[in-house]
Amino acid sequence: MSERTLTKGNIALAEGAIQAGCRFYFGYPITPQNDIPEYLALNLPKVKGVFIPAESEIASINMVMGAAASGKRALTSSSGPGISLMQEALSYMAGSDIPCVVVNIMRVGPGLGGIAPTQGDYNQAVHGGGHGDYKNIVLAPASVQEMFDFTIKAFELSDKYRNPAMIIADAMIGQFQEPCRLTPKEPVIIPEKPWALTGRAGRNPQLLKSLYLGDGEQETHNLVMKAKYDRIQESEVLYETRDLDDADLMIVAFGTPSRVAKTAIRAARLQGMKVGLLRPMTLFPFPEKEIHEYSKKIKNILVVEMNTGQMLRDVKIAAHRDAKISFYGRPGGGMPYPDDVVNEIRKALS
Amino acid sequence: MNKIFSRPDTLTDAPTHFCPGCTHGIAHRIVAEVIDEMGIVDRTIGIPGVGCCVFLYTYFPIDVLEAPHGRAPACATGMKRAQPDKIVFVYQGDGDLAAIGTSEIIHAANRGENVTLIYVNNSVYGMTGGQMAPTTLLGQQTTTSPYGRDFKTEGYPMKVSEMLATLEGVAYSARVSLHSPKHINQAKKAVRKAFEMQINEMGFSMVEMLSTCNTNWRVSPLEALKVIENEMIPYYPLGVFKERTGKDFL
Repeated sequence: MSERTLTKGNIALAEGAIQAGCRFYFGYPITPQNDIPEYLALNLPKVKGVFIPAESEIASINMVMGAAASGKRALTSSSGPGISLMQEALSYMAGSDIPCVVVNIMRVGPGLGGIAPTQGDYNQAVHGGGHGDYKNIVLAPASVQEMFDFTIKAFELSDKYRNPAMIIADAMIGQFQEPCRLTPKEPVIIPEKPWALTGRAGRNPQLLKSLYLGDGEQETHNLVMKAKYDRIQESEVLYETRDLDDADLMIVAFGTPSRVAKTAIRAARLQGMKVGLLRPMTLFPFPEKEIHEYSKKIKNILVVEMNTGQMLRDVKIAAHRDAKISFYGRPGGGMPYPDDVVNEIRKALS
Repeated sequence: MNKIFSRPDTLTDAPTHFCPGCTHGIAHRIVAEVIDEMGIVDRTIGIPGVGCCVFLYTYFPIDVLEAPHGRAPACATGMKRAQPDKIVFVYQGDGDLAAIGTSEIIHAANRGENVTLIYVNNSVYGMTGGQMAPTTLLGQQTTTSPYGRDFKTEGYPMKVSEMLATLEGVAYSARVSLHSPKHINQAKKAVRKAFEMQINEMGFSMVEMLSTCNTNWRVSPLEALKVIENEMIPYYPLGVFKERTGKDFL
């Protein structure tokens, strides 16, 4: 099936969840992600799914925990302020090896901020958010098609590693429309979950917990988690490159800025500047080896983000020490324009 | 000799961590006895809150999910909706339920989630060392109300069972006490009733148990039983505040 339908990003994501076999959604309203709960409120009952308009984002994510601990694929979505409220339970779920998918359609902050697109929650998603030594698997779609595909991918990775997976997309990706194939690229397979809490019939009692009080237990647990994150880093990096073969400058950008960068690259090349793009599709695991390798031959790197430079730090850590790294960021709802990015390219290459 | 009493099958023989004199072990035992008698152990899942109750998984040989502080009713909502054929019970203390978890318990009850709540009220945060809770009695001295709880600054003790009984989603709400054999027998009947409500899909069911915390109350175990009788029960009256008899609400 290659038929494509003009679809809004948030709707593609919600339909992706249904097609991923997710039958449990719990959520609380917040702009700019309301299309997701509204679509699922209408469509989950048609597939015998459960939709609960929860009393808060705290309740939403804990309902997700209960359904996920039962072995079911469960989803919640929100935006910055609501995602902040979910951090407690995300930490518990990571610590208890419970998979789930959480969507953040990012609005500007801090605080109540506004509803314009941003990438200001990169650090929250990638570098913690909740307490303790854990990581979220983080996917960053840059198109409506990826809103659909990455949702299925997020459930797959979350189940595979028994860890929360987060999709972060700026409000632009959530709200715009593009042609989208609304069928999975590959058949969806939901793995067996012998660890699920389904009652002890026919087996020993099972427990999902994050409390470790015994001597050395917590350290052992944290090291097991670290080994899991190392496996994820080794096996699950996703990224896209464009025009890097002859490039003198590599733009690193995810989400909407990567789309703007592609336009800027075309314009820059027409003006004789050899520019390419590396777009991380997974933010954890971050394409650090790949950025390192490219930065050995492409000495100029321009990081473009819709924030004051959050992924920038990860690029600096990943890049070769001789790389010259510059940054162009628009925080607070500002959008990078292709002309602005071309100017930044020119400055970096001069 | 006839054996007239033994540990229920739904309790492990793990050494108890509860302080000597604490009635929490009795709360565990009567819940376990009810699970035994109803023959539901293989399909029962427990969700304890945070505090002394968190070690439920040590004592109950059943599937257990450990919830964040105050969030057990939300976790139970997700779990019961995912597995309506299982028996899901939430087990929370008063610090967990009546303070940090008020939002989750009110809305789970109001939705009529078909789960059972065992709510152990000892009027303090037990595990953390006896701090004042919303349930602490007026005048009661705790580590964070060293001059005694004053309604002018800390408000009045919260009567959760009465409050939740006002919600349409609640099928059963009762308060019992663990301070005497007679009251323990009544408590067990209430627990059984609450689980029956869940099996009959009547909606949210709960039993509040007045329980001792002699360590943090700074009294002897025997004096603690008197505290329940003479100080707690006058403010927290025992009884059934809501009991749904038919399914006419559906």
